[in-house]
Amino acid sequence: MTLSETKAGAQPAPVVMLQGASKSFGALKAMDHVDLSVAPGESLGLVGHNGAGKSTLVNLVTGLFAPTSGQVVYPGAADHAAAGIRAISQEGTLCPNLTVLENLQVVQRDLTGWGWRRLAARRIRAALDAVFPGHRIRPDMLVADMTLAEQQMVEIAIGFADGPVPARLVVLDEPTSALDASIAAELLAHIRRFCAKGGAAIFISHMLGEVFDVADRIVVMRDGRIMADRPAADFTRQGLVDAMGHVADEDHQPTPAALARVLGDKSHAILRTPEGIEARKGEVVGLAGLAGHGQAEALARFYLSQRSDWRSSARPRAAFVAGDRRRDGLMPVWSITRNLTLAALETLTRHGLIDREAEARIGADWQRRIGIRTPDMNNPILSLSGGNQQKALFARALATSAPVVVMDDPMRGVDIGTKTEVYEMIRAEAANGRTFLWYSTEMDEIRNCDRVFVFRNGAISAELEGDRITEENVLAASFEFGEDAA
Amino acid sequence: MKGSINARLALPVLSLAVLIVAVFWLQPRAMSYVGINLLFNLAVPIALATVAQMIIIMVNDIDLSMGAFVSLIACITATILPGSPLLGVAMLAGCVLAYAALGALIEARQLPAIVVTLGMSFVWAGAAVLILPSPGGTSPGWLTAIMKSKPPLVPMAIIASVVIAGVAHLIIMRSAFGVRLRALGGNARAVSRAGRSTVMLKATAYALAGVFAVLAGMALVGLTTSGDANIAIRYTLLSIAGVILGGGEFTGGRVSPIGAVIGALTLTLAGSFLSFLRLSPDWQIGAQGAILILVLAARLLVRQAEKRP
Repeated sequence: MTLSETKAGAQPAPVVMLQGASKSFGALKAMDHVDLSVAPGESLGLVGHNGAGKSTLVNLVTGLFAPTSGQVVYPGAADHAAAGIRAISQEGTLCPNLTVLENLQVVQRDLTGWGWRRLAARRIRAALDAVFPGHRIRPDMLVADMTLAEQQMVEIAIGFADGPVPARLVVLDEPTSALDASIAAELLAHIRRFCAKGGAAIFISHMLGEVFDVADRIVVMRDGRIMADRPAADFTRQGLVDAMGHVADEDHQPTPAALARVLGDKSHAILRTPEGIEARKGEVVGLAGLAGHGQAEALARFYLSQRSDWRSSARPRAAFVAGDRRRDGLMPVWSITRNLTLAALETLTRHGLIDREAEARIGADWQRRIGIRTPDMNNPILSLSGGNQQKALFARALATSAPVVVMDDPMRGVDIGTKTEVYEMIRAEAANGRTFLWYSTEMDEIRNCDRVFVFRNGAISAELEGDRITEENVLAASFEFGEDAA
Repeated sequence: MKGSINARLALPVLSLAVLIVAVFWLQPRAMSYVGINLLFNLAVPIALATVAQMIIIMVNDIDLSMGAFVSLIACITATILPGSPLLGVAMLAGCVLAYAALGALIEARQLPAIVVTLGMSFVWAGAAVLILPSPGGTSPGWLTAIMKSKPPLVPMAIIASVVIAGVAHLIIMRSAFGVRLRALGGNARAVSRAGRSTVMLKATAYALAGVFAVLAGMALVGLTTSGDANIAIRYTLLSIAGVILGGGEFTGGRVSPIGAVIGALTLTLAGSFLSFLRLSPDWQIGAQGAILILVLAARLLVRQAEKRP
């Protein structure tokens, strides 16, 4: 921190200052006492693995949330808008039903009255010309009709466009994910020009080559804290990856299937997906990498290919455990038992009717085995804590006879006690010959796997096995090193 | 943008043209000033109600109370407006405000619009019966004069339709105000991230829809010269069908005001077409539905063909 303080002494006041800023979501501490300031002309690279707190930091800087404690100060301005802070997020903040210039209007409030279209067209065209010379986007094009890359270019141009308050700090969260290399290079060049003219930028990317290209200072985050904050020149690529990871590496016991294979068992894979994921009977296979790089899609494709669209079967070939409970998992008004037995319903029917006694028996059995904490399994599912809801969803999958269980980051937002119990359960089930496909964004979970496929940009970038499953290797495969891709 | 608007409008325009040709072929006498006016007269209130429904659909909601609301407006216009204009105007303004309040409630509490408006339809219908228990009342003189005026060359119904389409297009598609409302349907999160209040915007959208619905009820009374608590019950489904026929979509804020007016004209014409075919009224509603399904199926095919390359 001393470095930026001396810098701030020589230079004009910073654009934004975080002073001991923390942010919690319930019990989860997403950011813990972070001090950071960004001065005009500075280009800051921000790196870290999933859940390191990058997004939280961005959302605090761009004023989307207020900190739980500590403060975010914009010297010389009342709020983020007046300070000229612009956010270019990776999740798409364009309205597809509007044209390019109309989308600028959504963000810039001074575009009203007669002639606003002409003014908006001029601003967005100027920004597009400046960032992406030779682009072929017209301001009156409908966003829905444009390619993903063009939409991303428009989003970036809106971030840099002239407006009622000029842009002073532009936050770019994975801005190049949809762009090809030459367009991305134009963006990086523009960021450097922007900063040379006194603008500031915060740049997040999984391509470390890009971060080194554009940043003159790099901040490494881990577990909601800043682990390193130094000029980019002081980092090596390896040093950066090391700073992102934990040092301690606990050992883990392989499953019997993995042991057998080490001892020379050459049994064939029981499943293979078009992406190249392979798993053998009784194996716990992990899908790792940064969130949103195609893991969930690969799982969904595999799961949907394993079942009929038309009828359900008493002997499904795969069962699914949802990560986004509310969207993909829970039946919110049903009881715990009914939620739990949903996937195994076909085995519980007699003459087309549900055997209530058998249902209750299965419910009670799994309550005991997986430890769902409730006085009565007939209580509504929402009466449970998040972790226990997730256990019920686990039990739903395990109560089927499916040989493969697909898990889409199921431990999101679950307490550590529940996690440990479920890990035990997974190992026990794997020992009984079940195969698990496990997408996880958390490193400790990935280390529980026998084999790990790391995803990057929708494809597998590395396959790790046994001792090679280390945080370092996973991180190295998750991030791209520019030309010499790992 | 021009290209995409034209592609979106091509099918509605084509279906209207086909129907007009079919009607003229069945009944050549309709090809006259009086004939055209008769054909499209009742389309004017439907077009206004369709634009109102379109604004609600544009913000990703749907209004199941449109018919009952227009009926209530018709009752107010036919009973209170001629006798005490001030009270009448105040009541109509109150109706618009009630719509705005509904919009704010739906957004603030994240209620499903389909449920809220279904419930409100009973409220509107009850209020209409309270105001006008049995069919009757009179239309204010000026209103009938406007609706039944006979401008030279072009019938009133056509002029009114063009004006409605033009005004709605200017407000919804061209003004900065309309862009904000459409943005709400396209990506509500983007709107709130830009620091705008979605509750305020949705209330405004509902108020604007309320204004068009009020105009629909008034136009209807101007044409029929009397009111009835059930006069516009069919408008709920007609207006939804008109929006969809006109190239609008149920979600995503993709609508077209010009298309909506054309959709309303097409639906009205479809009724006349079936009468000219001497189809018994018992079958007409079913046949109208069949025409609707036909057009929507054609649209689906066009979309799929567009997507392929």
